[in-house]
Amino acid sequence: MVAKTFRGGVHPPEYKELTESSAIEALPPPEKVIVPLIQHIGAPCQPAVADETVLKKGDSVCLGEKIGDTDAFVSAPVHASVSGEVMEIGEARLVDGRKVPAVVIESDGEDRPCESIQPAASLENLTPDEIKEIIREAGIVGMGGAAFPCHVKYSPPEGIELDTIIINGCECEPFLTCDDRLMREDPGEIVFGLQAILKATGAERGVIAVENNKPDAIEAMRAAVDGTSLEVVIVETKYPEGAEKQLIKAVTDREVPSGGLPFQIGVVVNNVATAASIARAVKTGMPLYERIVTVSGDVVARPANLLVRIGTPIRELFEYCGGFTEPPARIIAGGPMMGQAVGDLDIPVVKGMSGLLAVSSEISAYHEEEPCIRCGRCVDVCPAFLMPLYAARYPDDEALEYDPLDCIECGSCAYICPANQRLLARIRLAKAEAQARADAAG
Amino acid sequence: MSVEENVDRSVLTVTSSPHLKDRKTTQGIMFDVVIALLPAVAAATYFFGVGALITLGTCIAGAFIAEAGVMWARGKAIPLADGSALVTGLLLGLTLPPDLPLWVGFVGGAFAIGIGKAIFGGLGLNMFNPALVGRAFLVASFPVLLTTFRWPTDSGAWMGPEFDAVSTATPLALARFDEVYTPLIELFWGRVGGSLGETSAIALIIGGLYLLFRGIINWRIPASYIGTVMLLAFLGGQDPLFHMMAGGLLIGAFFMATDYVTSPITARGKILFGVGCGLLTYAIRTFGGYPEGVLYSILFMNAAVPLIERFTKPRVFGTGVKANGG
Repeated sequence: MVAKTFRGGVHPPEYKELTESSAIEALPPPEKVIVPLIQHIGAPCQPAVADETVLKKGDSVCLGEKIGDTDAFVSAPVHASVSGEVMEIGEARLVDGRKVPAVVIESDGEDRPCESIQPAASLENLTPDEIKEIIREAGIVGMGGAAFPCHVKYSPPEGIELDTIIINGCECEPFLTCDDRLMREDPGEIVFGLQAILKATGAERGVIAVENNKPDAIEAMRAAVDGTSLEVVIVETKYPEGAEKQLIKAVTDREVPSGGLPFQIGVVVNNVATAASIARAVKTGMPLYERIVTVSGDVVARPANLLVRIGTPIRELFEYCGGFTEPPARIIAGGPMMGQAVGDLDIPVVKGMSGLLAVSSEISAYHEEEPCIRCGRCVDVCPAFLMPLYAARYPDDEALEYDPLDCIECGSCAYICPANQRLLARIRLAKAEAQARADAAG
Repeated sequence: MSVEENVDRSVLTVTSSPHLKDRKTTQGIMFDVVIALLPAVAAATYFFGVGALITLGTCIAGAFIAEAGVMWARGKAIPLADGSALVTGLLLGLTLPPDLPLWVGFVGGAFAIGIGKAIFGGLGLNMFNPALVGRAFLVASFPVLLTTFRWPTDSGAWMGPEFDAVSTATPLALARFDEVYTPLIELFWGRVGGSLGETSAIALIIGGLYLLFRGIINWRIPASYIGTVMLLAFLGGQDPLFHMMAGGLLIGAFFMATDYVTSPITARGKILFGVGCGLLTYAIRTFGGYPEGVLYSILFMNAAVPLIERFTKPRVFGTGVKANGG
């Protein structure tokens, strides 16, 4: 079977051998978690508990208790990832450098789940709206990185029908193997999650897309969908195969309109970890309070796939993995293509953090910029069909004529550039400027 | 080792993504172009003697000194590191006839870099192919020197003793003005009069295939350029293979028209550019005052590159499709 794909893209070294045979292990719950009140795209939460009283210092919380919520539709609540006492409503630094309000909880070491957390009715007996409500209350957001609230994706505007749900198991980022391991170790949860999403949205077609460099995951998923109407679609190993619009193109041959969202062409894409979290919320009532993180990199002593409580400082993940064999040149939250380099080890793990890497300069060197020789490689690889070299001419106004708003920020252009041009960095600036002008123009 | 004592925040790099970089560099690309030219250099040396190397050397020396001078004047630390001056000097030398006075190659190399490249702002900013600018300058300044060709030294001039054994015209000139057609096999190996690097078709084809195989150049420009010339020759009742192998078409199509800086970066633009070069080359060869038109065709099309790119901008993903189309 020929693997499906999109046009453009690059083939960075995979580095997956470091962790692909490391089974998921649970990181012991930390003594203290820092749970940011905004971990998603949308409105921030306010510190609050279920009965809408304000959460404050000294309050006792149970595992899975809601500790932040808001009335805004595009948002997702956050939950206590340990049981214990609220030390303060303080601040946390996120991977992008922002400081945001956060609830700091000292663990009592008991992992005492809330009594209110109960399994829902069986999937057959739930209505679509009830499923969406369970997903919203469980605080489930896209766990592939973008962290878009799921219940919003499943609620398109009046008159739009969703027909296809794609569960994204591409994991095209180098180093990361958390999705691979999840597919191999718990394929049933992913399938259950997909069935819940299909029921919630009324979509007919359910697809699990996996890159052809993960034969074990493909086999496991195929076995799990056996006897159902769900499909496993094999896609080519190429970056950014797992980018939402490119994956939709590969699987359905539809293009999300420029400036639009997948629902406009009837499609929703969710990561495999998201589907598994939905399965858990529906089956047990447990909200999203932990996730799998690939801890890897050439200077990590013992790379691993860890099941980690949300709010655990990233320092503790590295410590559990034996620390560093030599000082890292770069610490990256997420994958090396789209993740963020960080300079702070107190940053907490959030719902969208799929990887934590520490690499030497052999893998991730700092290169001086050289003159563009117009080789056109950026144009050849751009999966959005832009001309990155011109879109990167910001602050020259000419950049804005080259469609920076259509950039998906995959970084293929900057990866391939033989002159080490900071193409994506400058296109981001052009994008911000173009957005500001569009907003100003109304 | 503990995490804390082993993170030196002063050396942590915090730049925006991506954090990986493909290994191909500008320098590596230039190096590949030089490797691809080695068969042509070897052929030139074989057919025209060590003098060929000396001519190439003077061009490279002129290019280097001009580049170093410009870099020094601009306060840049490491001149020549990217290898682009080497490529320009080498390409220029390969477009020149054998046995030029040493200073001619030197002046040409210096002009190619100084005027062809540096005054536009340096690498990546020049409008015209610098090597061809250098050659155009030399042709305009020293027309006689630049059009005096001779037989290869190993000679065995295929036309026999009745022809002058020393000086000759290029196969294109012989065909155009004397209606003498050089056998294809001689053009294939390069045992003909002409510029150093243009005579041996096999050497240029090997080099061109190497560049294609290594992903340095794209097939679109050479294919559309050579294809257009051959098609027009066929339609004009001439031998397409003769037009492909005689003159500067192969070196022009593989090594000059594909110059990144001075050719379009869009896929459709490359085709248009190649077709334009082909039309002009054939028109000059057939109707112009010169027997060969590769030089001016490419320079002319260089000037059209911004326009071509404007008209061949790729369709952006997600445009030209309608929402909810299913």
